[in-house]
Amino acid sequence: MTALTLQARPEQDAALRPLPWRRMAWVTWRQHRMTLAGVVVVLGGLAVYLWRTGLGIHQAWNFIVTCRPVNSSTCGYAAGMFNTRYVPTQVTAGLLLTLAPALLGAFVGAPVLAREMENGTFRYAWTQGFGRWRWTLGKLVPLAVVVAAAAGALSVLSWWFFAPFFAENFGTPLAPALFDLRGVVYAAWTLVAIAIGGLAGMLIRRVVPAMAATLAAYLGLAVLPGLWLRQYYLPAVHTTSNNLPGFAWILNQWYTKGGKFAFAGVQKSGTNAAIEQHWCPNAPPSETLGQCLSQHGYTQWTSYQPVTRFWPFQWIEASWLVVLSALLIAATIWLVRRRAA
Amino acid sequence: MNMKTIIDTEGLGKRYGNTWALRECTLAIPAGHVAALVGPNGAGKTTLLNLAVGLAEPSAGRVTVLGGHPAGSPAALDGIAFVAQDTPLYKNLSVAEMLHLTRNLNRFFDQRQAKARLAELGIPLKRKAGKLSGGQQAQLALTLALARRPRLLVLDEPVAMLDPIARHDFMATVLTATAEDGVSVLLSSHVLAELERVADYLILMLRGRVRIFGEVDDLLATHRVLTGPAAEADRYTERPVVHVSRAEAQAHLLVRATADDPVPPGWEAHPIGLEELALGYLREPIAASTSASVPGPARGRHAEPSEVAR
Repeated sequence: MTALTLQARPEQDAALRPLPWRRMAWVTWRQHRMTLAGVVVVLGGLAVYLWRTGLGIHQAWNFIVTCRPVNSSTCGYAAGMFNTRYVPTQVTAGLLLTLAPALLGAFVGAPVLAREMENGTFRYAWTQGFGRWRWTLGKLVPLAVVVAAAAGALSVLSWWFFAPFFAENFGTPLAPALFDLRGVVYAAWTLVAIAIGGLAGMLIRRVVPAMAATLAAYLGLAVLPGLWLRQYYLPAVHTTSNNLPGFAWILNQWYTKGGKFAFAGVQKSGTNAAIEQHWCPNAPPSETLGQCLSQHGYTQWTSYQPVTRFWPFQWIEASWLVVLSALLIAATIWLVRRRAA
Repeated sequence: MNMKTIIDTEGLGKRYGNTWALRECTLAIPAGHVAALVGPNGAGKTTLLNLAVGLAEPSAGRVTVLGGHPAGSPAALDGIAFVAQDTPLYKNLSVAEMLHLTRNLNRFFDQRQAKARLAELGIPLKRKAGKLSGGQQAQLALTLALARRPRLLVLDEPVAMLDPIARHDFMATVLTATAEDGVSVLLSSHVLAELERVADYLILMLRGRVRIFGEVDDLLATHRVLTGPAAEADRYTERPVVHVSRAEAQAHLLVRATADDPVPPGWEAHPIGLEELALGYLREPIAASTSASVPGPARGRHAEPSEVAR
């Protein structure tokens, strides 16, 4: 082999300054650009679906809103058709939007470390001058932020898509299955999904099992707040009024008599029919059970979250999700620093 | 650059579960050598190398590199280039992209030198790393490592998967680099024959322990083979016996002795080759002595570079 003229290597400083972060930008881009293209395809496809079906929904909705006279059979028929035709569409869209962060976590987050461990390339990557915990951070954080931002963009579209359903008294925007599909929490959930993927990849060290674990862990986690946590973000409002503000998220109902708890409310009680049979067997259809029971000295209580708390709840949830993502990434880096080989 | 040793270990141990892959390893490998880590599979070679490059954390003891830097520290990462077993590369990246990747991840990268080496080896820059032959992948990994101009090049079983020609070419590149850049090399191998040509420092490992280490010349000068009647083999006690092999009436004793040590009557003394020495130590030890190290006097590698290279 012929002798090559060699560039002189600079002598080492006593204190080595870390390599600049921008060096990782090309590395992350080059190694994950196919993944990011996949993200664009998936989220883009979902956006096209929301846009195309959304246009039809908005058109139908505009017809209903502008339909005059309101009580005509045409208008009534249109409203009925809207529910028959578009409520299933809305359910499908909700399902797809719920699954998207889980898939992003599995396909973007999980392979970042799992693929390196599976192929043994971590032995190359982590022995370069950049340093392995900085390498991990330089991959996970930009990927998570970029993909979460893309999901955030999609959630703007889903806001528009769902608008007719919430305009009609379709349900509360605080409802468990709908709250996290819109607003800032959708991006925050995507962030968490990718952070879960990163950690699962480092723990499991195989791509496919790590992806499966990410899907399971994310979906498990995503169900919990709606069922057990979100209602406690702010103290629920308790009222004896029968006229709740519109779109309120009703949490519980119960009855008291003489200041003492009597029985659980209509919503939660399986003994509903028995109570009705006992106290109000001949109540006219126009009278609600609550109104009938109040004539017998019972007070109906309702605890609920008013819809005005939508944005406070969004920020509360987004905040803890961002903190959780940071903790998951920190745990991943801790593992990367500790258990490599 | 005041680096006297490339690796210092003290009571170094690594446990995986209940098994010690490496234990009680105390070593000081001087700079300026091609040091070979030799032992059968499972001897703890890869574990020791992983600890040295900072991929693994010690379970016991400590390890420093490049004259006192903790393994895995920024200065250590900066000065050590590691080519792992089976030379892991990103298979979907082209050769040019692997160069760019490595350049981005390191403080220093001699792109010109790397490209020149690859041109000389006939490795096209546009080909995907995964489409290269095994020998070419190994050469690419080595080229990437050398372009970082490390002070220490660590190679884990670099030639195990290569055919004889690729093996020869690979070692030639390593030796050229040591001659040109003055880089120290630490390589592990279970292929003894390959090392005789290249290594001037030897560390023999067996079952997670270091059996012996030292400069090859010193090791060869302090070991002899005594050949004599098999019946008398057990009575030889003048010098420590490393290994005994018997063939019919004759016995061969591998003993720690120099040319000046007396030979018992009826016995003949022969100088020993590197492979013979290594095999003697790597067979079942007859004594549990693990402190058979022969720390030789420090010798600059530039004193006799031709001996290493040819």
